[in-house]
Amino acid sequence: MKLDHSLPLEYRTEEGQLKILGFWIFLGAEIMLFGTLFASYFTLVDRVGSGPSGAEIFEITPVLIETLVLLTSSFTIGLGIHAMRLGRKKAMLSFFAITLLLGLAFLGVEIYEFVHYVHIGAGLQTSAFTAILLTTLGTHGLHVTFGLFWGLFILLQVKKRGLTPETANKSFIFSLYWHFLDVVWIFIFSFVYLKGMM
Amino acid sequence: MEFFERFAIPHPSAPIYASMVAIALTIVAIIAGLTYFKKWGYLWREWLTTVDHKRIGIMYLISALLMLFRGGVDALMMRAQLAVPDNKLLDAQHYNEVFTTHGVVMIIFMAMPFIMALMNFVVPLQIGARDVAFPRLNALSFWLFFMGAMLFNISFVVGGSPDAGWTSYFPLAGNEFSTSVGSNYYMIAIQIAGLGTLMTGINFITTIFKMRAPGMTLMKMPMFTWSALITNAIIVFAFPVLTVALAMGTMDRLFGTHFFTTNNGGMDMLWANLFWVWGHPEVYILILPAFGIYSEVISTFARRNLYGYKSMVVSMVLISFMSFLVWVHHFFTMGQGALTNSIFSITTMAIAVPTGIKIFNWLFTLYKGKIEITTPMLYALLFIPLFTIGGVTGVMLGMSAADYQYHNTMFLVAHFHMVIIPGVVFAMLAGLTYWWPKMFGFMLNERLGKLAAWVIGISTLVAFMPMFFSGLDGQARRMYTYSASTGFGPLNMISFVGAIGLAVGFAIIVYNVYYSVRYASRDIGADPWNARTLEWATHSPVPEYNFAIVPHVKSAEALWDAKKKRHILFQGDYEKIHMPNNSGVPFIMSSIFFVWGFAMIFSMWAVAIIATIGIFACMAHRSVEIDHGRYISVRKIEETETKLRGAK
Amino acid sequence: MSLIFTIFTVLTGCEPLLVLDPKGPQAQVQANDIKTSIIIMSFIVIAVFTILAIMLFKYRASKQNKDYEPPHIEGNVWVETICVGIPIIIVAFLSFMSVKSNYAVEAAPNGYGNKEPLVIYAASSNWKWHFSYPEEKIETVNYVYIPTDRPVEFKLYSYGPITSFWIPQLAGQKYAMADMVNTLHLAADVPGEYMGRNANFSGKGFAENTFNVKAMPQKEFDEWVDEVKDTAKPLTEEKFTELLEPGHLGQSTYTGTHLGFMPPPEGENGGHNHGSNGGDKNMEQHQPNETDSKTEHEHH
Repeated sequence: MKLDHSLPLEYRTEEGQLKILGFWIFLGAEIMLFGTLFASYFTLVDRVGSGPSGAEIFEITPVLIETLVLLTSSFTIGLGIHAMRLGRKKAMLSFFAITLLLGLAFLGVEIYEFVHYVHIGAGLQTSAFTAILLTTLGTHGLHVTFGLFWGLFILLQVKKRGLTPETANKSFIFSLYWHFLDVVWIFIFSFVYLKGMM
Repeated sequence: MEFFERFAIPHPSAPIYASMVAIALTIVAIIAGLTYFKKWGYLWREWLTTVDHKRIGIMYLISALLMLFRGGVDALMMRAQLAVPDNKLLDAQHYNEVFTTHGVVMIIFMAMPFIMALMNFVVPLQIGARDVAFPRLNALSFWLFFMGAMLFNISFVVGGSPDAGWTSYFPLAGNEFSTSVGSNYYMIAIQIAGLGTLMTGINFITTIFKMRAPGMTLMKMPMFTWSALITNAIIVFAFPVLTVALAMGTMDRLFGTHFFTTNNGGMDMLWANLFWVWGHPEVYILILPAFGIYSEVISTFARRNLYGYKSMVVSMVLISFMSFLVWVHHFFTMGQGALTNSIFSITTMAIAVPTGIKIFNWLFTLYKGKIEITTPMLYALLFIPLFTIGGVTGVMLGMSAADYQYHNTMFLVAHFHMVIIPGVVFAMLAGLTYWWPKMFGFMLNERLGKLAAWVIGISTLVAFMPMFFSGLDGQARRMYTYSASTGFGPLNMISFVGAIGLAVGFAIIVYNVYYSVRYASRDIGADPWNARTLEWATHSPVPEYNFAIVPHVKSAEALWDAKKKRHILFQGDYEKIHMPNNSGVPFIMSSIFFVWGFAMIFSMWAVAIIATIGIFACMAHRSVEIDHGRYISVRKIEETETKLRGAK
Repeated sequence: MSLIFTIFTVLTGCEPLLVLDPKGPQAQVQANDIKTSIIIMSFIVIAVFTILAIMLFKYRASKQNKDYEPPHIEGNVWVETICVGIPIIIVAFLSFMSVKSNYAVEAAPNGYGNKEPLVIYAASSNWKWHFSYPEEKIETVNYVYIPTDRPVEFKLYSYGPITSFWIPQLAGQKYAMADMVNTLHLAADVPGEYMGRNANFSGKGFAENTFNVKAMPQKEFDEWVDEVKDTAKPLTEEKFTELLEPGHLGQSTYTGTHLGFMPPPEGENGGHNHGSNGGDKNMEQHQPNETDSKTEHEHH
């Protein structure tokens, strides 16, 4: 295996470089995926049928908590990667653990939010609007859930195998994913919730 | 009993029962054969677990040819049914299922794997790489596609085929008007295959960006590689749209949501828009690699460099951008008003300009050439005139007001077949014949090949030209029958004759394969066509590591430089080669996807949940697995090289 | 190309193709577009065929010296400018034509602008067409009578899958959908019977989803309306629901329309509860209110 020591750990193997580029391209596809969901959301947002509209069901408190928690987690994973580049495994692990816990908190609030919507008569089957709302939020939520498991696996691997070019590469790619989910959430926050509540 | 009833065919007929028996017998025969010849281990080690891009390419090829047969039989049934007025060969329901599966199979499960086959086999060789960037992901792509295709194909013996057209417009494809599980098959099977395609897109972009041989800058890539790069870029941006649309369709059908229904705010037009936002780029996903193949073939057999390399690249990039800006032309008649229609009418016709540039560049590549008409070249030369007819009728369809008359008629059917058959199918056949010696180490018979090309070329005209006229005479597409008084009879009879001609043409190709396997010389060398690009610089068939030494490249025609300008391709000594390990996970994971898909289609939630867990378990396994690949030693390379050189 | 064209015209029995035999101004616009574009496209086809033939004739290996080595030609700015320029000019011309025609077919038929249009609601259901004449207060199934020399506005919508309303000799298609009303403008220049059908696949009964169109002078049309009013049975909600059942029906005629008890989807471009843009003027004008149609029923 060729190692180029002038590069950060995660870029050091050729395979690692390929994976990072591949993942950026994957994120391009993810942008299209969420872009399509947003486009569909804007198309269907007023088509509430006999169900409620966004303004009637959105609540600011859980949304603010979710936003705060997720933004913080994006910051902590950034710190985690910084620690990784400095070679400080322990600090990195702690920041990753905090990130995952924050992710879990986000998910908890989101589940509460969903239960609440269904409870007040805004279920998946209520109208085109509720369907696209829950699908858009749900797709993001499923990404977060997937990320929690993925992150946990990486955390365990770093703990067991230490900071190698491979584990560093995996961690870095995971951080890209996590930041991406944060960006998507910012769009959801602005264009679904804020716009809907106005 | 109730549990089993839903697996029954809602509209059984004698041919379906016959196919059931045929499928069962084939499966038994395959299993018995594998067991008798003790080939299970071979199959598993060499094929099911392989991550070699060449073998994956060949598996794509076999699947594509099988699906071509399936889609072709559908086509024959349709043309036979319409050959005479008031025909009773098929009833309405059966006909609807046949044209739906014909469309889906031909586009998603025949044309797509065919281009994947050639891209997989050729691109790494053309750029001097040892494999693709993510070999295991590549295997997963193939197996997902394969399982999607199998899932789709069992629909006509288990539960019923989709019957809402390959476009599957809602609300027709919704629960209200499509009560069988057919449309579930459509949503789920295409979803699974589509995931595989998306992964291929990511894989090949990375491969082409990062794994080119030293010296091969982007503007020194062979044209087929360029077309593959752009195609995969379109895949990455177009397929997620399909993913979302299919997911919404699935939710409408399985979970009672109201995305595309006629009540509670559902919007049928959204499906049409999403479908074509994917669907139009999809057309270019198919045609651009075809253009790449023609570029290679024409330049090789005109014995000249490709005319206007830069404008070829620029036009492909333009086409790929514009392919996302024309989707509305698939439904000018939806009532979005004159302004929207005008905008999309102009973008649609504008896309003809870069396409025209390509046609002229091919023509000028012939200029001052030394044209040798081999089978691949014959396909390319038939392609130019036939595709021009298909292309100009496309411009005509792009005129929105006139499209109000062409839309949904046989004129449209004639147009897209005149584009896709000469454009894509001829290219696939040309590519197949051209790269066949590289894949299998012997050539296909030229006389039989040319005969097939002529038969297919002429039959294409006979089958599809009449449709332009019956369309203008008022024959709508997808009609299972028509009365004698309409006067469509003679034209449809001509089409039927053409369809039989096409079948004969493909039969000749099958015979050619059989004949060449038996009689063709195995002593053909590395470069039987006297070609110009890197894939011809290594042995035929290709050793697993592709190139013993990584080639150095100076232009887009590296091998030609080596032959004519004394450029040295391979410098230095053998070094040990790093190769990826085989893995059974892609196959297993895709098989679980198959189970998941089947369970979803029939709403068997417990099975679906278990399968979902299984899929994630495979991913978890991949996450913790340590796999550094393996090395091929210098001694082993020397041995292989000596052996292959001896075979020359 | 033109040779092939002639051969096929002969084969179709010497009768002109429906679309190229227009009987009204809208179909005329479309037929002109089609014919013009065929002529222009023929030039392109001929150009490509000619260049290909010349290249194949001159540069075949068999025609050349064995030692001939084809030159390396990168490309030529002028040649490529021409290859881009001419198509751009053609596309620009066709675009101009396309835009002009599209606005023409989306407006009142040429030459009929000052006449009051006859509004007919055409709704599709599996696999029938229901024609409602709100002014005349009659309804027909699977056939439609229209006056000549008067613009007709078809208001299209669907009880079910998307269908496409098409009378090739009078005008091109337009979709009928469940959640919006589309307008198709046409006029018939000459009396006659025309084929009409749904052109968009809509399931099992699609092939037979046709209707007859008969164009006649205004006087005859008025007589027909009066006759219907005297003889036909009233259309009740019950009867209409029965008509909507999937299947094929012959032609039938009723007094009163279904517009009162089962109004078409709201708004020109909107669905339920969705941007009605202040409502569609024509609909407000012509849609009879419920009491109107009820009294109508009682009268007969």
